[in-house]
Amino acid sequence: MSRIEGVLKALKGQGRKALIPYITAGDPHPDLTVDLMHTLVDAGADIIELGVPFSDPMADGPVIQLACERALKHGTSLRQVLAMVKTFREKDDATPVVLMGYLNPMEAMGQEKFADAAVDAGVDGILTVDLPPEEADEVAPLFTARNLDAIFLLAPTTTDDRIRAISEHSSGYVYYVSFKGVTGAGKIDVDEVASKVAHIHELTALPVGVGFGIRDAATAAAVGRVSDGVIVGSVLVDTIARNQADPEQLKRALSDLLHPMREALDSLAS
Amino acid sequence: MKLTEEMLKALPDARGHFGAYGGRFVSETLFDSLLTLEREYKRLKDDPEFQAEFDKDLAHYVGRPSPLYFAERLTRETGGAQIWLKREDLNHTGAHKVNNTIGQALLASFLGKKRVIAETGAGQHGVATATVCARLGLECHVFMGAEDVKRQSLNVYRMKLLGAEVHSVQSGTRTLKDAMNDAMRDWVANVDDTFYIIGTVAGPHPYPLLVRDFQSVIGRETREQCLAQAGKLPDALVACVGGGSNAIGMFYPFLTDESVEMYGVEAGGLGIDTGKHAAPLSAGRPGVLHGNRTYLMEDENGQIAATHSVSAGLDYPGVGPEHSWLKDIGRAHYVSVTDDEALDGFRKLTRVEGIMPALETAHAVAYAIKLAATMDKDKVVVINISGRGDKDIHTIAQLDGIEV
Ligand SMILES: Cc1ncc(COP(=O)(O)O)c(C=O)c1O
Repeated sequence: MSRIEGVLKALKGQGRKALIPYITAGDPHPDLTVDLMHTLVDAGADIIELGVPFSDPMADGPVIQLACERALKHGTSLRQVLAMVKTFREKDDATPVVLMGYLNPMEAMGQEKFADAAVDAGVDGILTVDLPPEEADEVAPLFTARNLDAIFLLAPTTTDDRIRAISEHSSGYVYYVSFKGVTGAGKIDVDEVASKVAHIHELTALPVGVGFGIRDAATAAAVGRVSDGVIVGSVLVDTIARNQADPEQLKRALSDLLHPMREALDSLAS
Repeated sequence: MKLTEEMLKALPDARGHFGAYGGRFVSETLFDSLLTLEREYKRLKDDPEFQAEFDKDLAHYVGRPSPLYFAERLTRETGGAQIWLKREDLNHTGAHKVNNTIGQALLASFLGKKRVIAETGAGQHGVATATVCARLGLECHVFMGAEDVKRQSLNVYRMKLLGAEVHSVQSGTRTLKDAMNDAMRDWVANVDDTFYIIGTVAGPHPYPLLVRDFQSVIGRETREQCLAQAGKLPDALVACVGGGSNAIGMFYPFLTDESVEMYGVEAGGLGIDTGKHAAPLSAGRPGVLHGNRTYLMEDENGQIAATHSVSAGLDYPGVGPEHSWLKDIGRAHYVSVTDDEALDGFRKLTRVEGIMPALETAHAVAYAIKLAATMDKDKVVVINISGRGDKDIHTIAQLDGIEV
């Protein structure tokens, strides 16, 4: 059983929902990332999605675009991101880490080399935004062979046939993108998400995490009620941007954001 | 490798691959739209009504066929092979781009989409898109890097006159690649009612296929005209390569004619060895950007590199996947010329033939002159004059230190 599967199973057993924060590695500075990851865990994170910065983040809105630019300004490379995970693992070998990014940096490293390095660093899952399962026939076996979970996206536009096919290629969880748009844009329509996620649950046994548009305790609870976990990104990254000058205040601000979400999610259990 | 009709018919394959290149590397939200577009295009491609409409527009709105012109004086001065010019600069709106926008706008109409988006570098594709949208009454949004908005201001104003909204893109390097990023972002958010008219043979499948099909009219006409006027097939074709649409349009109908050599000319910028250029086929390596696997300019960590070219339309770090395939199998040659050589090409054609090429096109002109000089007098070189230079007058004047 993968670390991701283990955590999600345990949560399910307790009737709890996963809180999955996203931050971009290297933002605001590569030296801070590991610290911020521990902060996220202390504030209640069950799984961390760690963004690999890319020069052309086509699926992201301005907030994460700017995070990528900040990280790249400090030369944050995929190699360094892996080193950050390795350092994180020195103090935390329980919290799963999913690398989320775009295909080209992984290809540039070489897929096999990347897969080896990811396992060595203690990475648990890979989510490649611009890699649909149709194009993953070369890398998927590399991940499977190393017990790395391949996490794919589902969208409001995904047809039933594709939901089935994508789920078959996925392990760990599937990531449902709650609205049509880039990260940090639009408003989440909770009723629509509820009916779509219920439908996805009919088509796959995998846990369903929902991301895009979750920004506070209320949206976290509303989405947590109908899914297995919530992914929180742009609101955290925006907080990083606003507090980048003061690391201590930044950590407090991140905790202050996550804590109420954790509580709201856990209040669903009782 | 000798290419046959059967081999060409099999490409791209069902997943949109040309050998190792192409594909559909997009986020999930867009996937179903791409499948629908592919399905509808395959249906309409053989629909006589759609084809008749396309041909009619090319004839009466674009003004096709464009002439194949024997550049007698340039030939004499060069002292080698005969140089012929395929005059895409004479098309309505001034470049080859309109062949494709006519086709895609027609697709948009058949699909019932009322809102159109496009990316543009030099502004030629933006103008061509704004033009067809004005004619069809479609809402039009053009994304253009802030850097290009500055250097192609004439085209920006043309687009506005035509009723398009021009979005100045401030992210990244503020050029064509960033315009394409923002167009993709808009598309994800408006996928239900929006048709994305991509301006070159890049992007996810089926775009490289359908843009190539729409642009192939260039090569088909050239083939016929050359046989009729020069009495033989060309010995060499020369076209500039940004994303590669005018080049593939010229090359494609000749791919099985083994005697025809093909040269795609990339932007060498300040020189390939300076790193300041836009020549992924000459100096890049395969990677994935904007929905397809292809040759790219990138750093050792897989970050897309900043490009440089005097011409906005060639200032792009990627290239259409079919060109990557043609390079690997050796069917086409990919070369580069520098900014300075291109500017010389611009001046030469202007002064010797009275034809002012776009700065993009000037790259092809510069290389073709060098090439023709090494060839016998009975050989025929055809340059694809992909566009006219009116839009570049400000840039040229600025380089000359003149205010216009
Ligand atoms: C006149 C002209 N030629 C060539 C190009 C480059 O595009 P492509 O390589 O797709 O033909 C452009 C692009 O803006 C252009 O305006």
